[in-house]
Amino acid sequence: MADLQSALSWYRRMVLVRRFEEETERAFRRGKIGGYLHVYSGQEAVAAGFISAMRGDDICFTSYRDHAIALLRGSPPGAVMAELYGKAAGLARGKGGSMHLFDVGRGFYGGYGIVGGHIPLALGAAYALRYQGSDRVCLCFLGDGAMNTGAFHESLNMAGLWGQTGHCPLVLIVENNGYAMGTSVARSSAVTDLASRFTAYAIPSERVDGMDFQTVRLAAERAVADARASGRPTAVEAVTYRFAGHGAADVVQPYRSKEEVEQARRRDPIRLLEGHLRAAGLLDDAAAEAIREEAEQAVLAAVRHSEDSPPPSPEALHADVYGKEA
Amino acid sequence: MPILSYREAIRTTLIEEMDRDPTVILLGEEIGLYQGTFRMTADLLERYGPRRVIDTPTSEIGFVGAAIGMAMLGLRPVVEMMTWNFSLVAFDQIVNNAAKIRYFSGGQVDIPLIIRGPNGAGVQLSAQHSQSFEALYAHIPGLHVVAPATPAEAKGLLRTAIRGSDPVIFLEHAALYGSKGEVPDGEFAVPFGAADVVRSGRDVTIVAYSRMLGTALEAAAHLAGEGIEAEVINLRTLRPLDRSTIVESVGRTHRAVVVQEQWRPFGAAAEIVATITEGAFDALDAPIERVTGADVPMPYARNLELMALSNAGDIMRAVARTLYREIPTPNGRSSGGQSDA
Ligand SMILES: Cc1ncc(C[n+]2csc(CCOP(=O)(O)OP(=O)(O)O)c2C)c(N)n1
Ligand SMILES: [Mg+2]
Repeated sequence: MADLQSALSWYRRMVLVRRFEEETERAFRRGKIGGYLHVYSGQEAVAAGFISAMRGDDICFTSYRDHAIALLRGSPPGAVMAELYGKAAGLARGKGGSMHLFDVGRGFYGGYGIVGGHIPLALGAAYALRYQGSDRVCLCFLGDGAMNTGAFHESLNMAGLWGQTGHCPLVLIVENNGYAMGTSVARSSAVTDLASRFTAYAIPSERVDGMDFQTVRLAAERAVADARASGRPTAVEAVTYRFAGHGAADVVQPYRSKEEVEQARRRDPIRLLEGHLRAAGLLDDAAAEAIREEAEQAVLAAVRHSEDSPPPSPEALHADVYGKEA
Repeated sequence: MPILSYREAIRTTLIEEMDRDPTVILLGEEIGLYQGTFRMTADLLERYGPRRVIDTPTSEIGFVGAAIGMAMLGLRPVVEMMTWNFSLVAFDQIVNNAAKIRYFSGGQVDIPLIIRGPNGAGVQLSAQHSQSFEALYAHIPGLHVVAPATPAEAKGLLRTAIRGSDPVIFLEHAALYGSKGEVPDGEFAVPFGAADVVRSGRDVTIVAYSRMLGTALEAAAHLAGEGIEAEVINLRTLRPLDRSTIVESVGRTHRAVVVQEQWRPFGAAAEIVATITEGAFDALDAPIERVTGADVPMPYARNLELMALSNAGDIMRAVARTLYREIPTPNGRSSGGQSDA
């Protein structure tokens, strides 16, 4: 049973993620971060809940909305921020940017920019883990929009098949944040109960409140334990909400109303968890303030590190196109 | 040295590498129970079992992507693409994932992945099943593109591919599957980026690969009868491309004909011609000739199909033009394959 005591440490990390994302948006506006920038604000309970259920040697894949995954898996905030700044000290040596964070040492096999394109990779990775005789599990985060790609359906069908012989310890996490860019789930999926779409492939699934850390965590623990024990895929649809625009350029947001966003913000996952912790006497004003201050300092240090560190050397341009034998 | 067919050379190499290294596994459509569409994997399901010989559904995105994920985790998957025509369904996985993950991760993973299968025209398979995609893939940094012309090369290049750490587009030619040749035993491997000068000559350089190597050698034999000594270069790999062997040869012969099965515009020959002009411009005594397939979707009717493909006569006529000579050519009929300057 996921106890509240340990939830406190995940609360601390969720606060860091939120503060980190605020700073990335600011740095983007200041022209310090280039390209596309997709922040995670509003969805923290999903990644935190699932990553809290991962073992140290489990692995995960996700889309371009990936900053939180790296931070929650324990990548240093300075290295994550430096990647966004395009610096040599970045998590991917400044070669990937916001959409392609990668920390293989921590079991994070990457952020990917083609919607749905990472799902078959996670399928193969899960197979490889079993093939190698381990009981490690692979988690694959994906958006509601990614469920409409061919890659999703081909992978899920194969996951269902490979699971029949226990060769697919894969946990699929649909982060249903209501939208794929500006297209709502109702306008993009013939069936809006997204969890039900997994039944076509005989993959057990459930739909949970993705704003409540404890709820997500329990579902995650069930799913991960199940995949580990059986070698079969399982799926969770976490219903959440994206507080910010799709990306940093999505300012006007004509596809949704301000009221809708305000309504969703009333169930801010960080404040919900804070409420639980306070009610249980695990958090008071002073402790909450200390946690905020700690996040503040960590993020400011990450920014300083990123601003002060050098860009990749010119030699890096041609490095890592091929491995050593080429 | 044993004589093996191109098919046997590939199959034997798969077996040798699977016996040696348990991380080598096979995936693809109909490779197991069906024994392989071209029987390349016959008996391998029985030999290695369903964990290592994985029959997949008709899901090119799914199984190519899964193979990339397996490679990232340390396996060495060899994917059979039933024919390369179907690889377009998986193009995103190959181009956006396989070719790029090492780079955008800052070098955190190897992708030891082979995708192999027949590329090019068969007999009367018409527009969707006769295509040659080497230029499409050789355009992409992060991929190796390999096109063996002989059984020995098929074996040696496949071994290098399987033991490498990067994705390899392994283009076989179905028309060559039955062709035979001497194949060295054992740990024999052919490195990437090393073209083979198959025939030496002083008058003209003919550059070819895959099935067109045989056509080029046929042309060279006829040309010898006319007193023209052609040097024939077999590229073996298109990426990496052995530019120096090509440039060095043309530096001596002063003339070049580049042969490919695929369509002319933006094809492999265009890159090779550019390589020659960059490296041997001053040595050239004539414009470089390209001999290519006709610039049309492949027709079904046999007479039209033959017109769409180049033959030895087309190569000889191209050679003659580089020498500003008239020579009799064996294939008298007008070719629809393009060999005009
Ligand atoms: C194949 C492909 N098509 C289009 C895009 C452009 N695009 C980027 S994000 C996105 C929406 C994806 O939505 P979802 O999967 O719900 O993820 P979210 O952004 O909500 O996290 C689209 C269409 C893309 N990156 N890849
Ligand atoms: Mg979404």
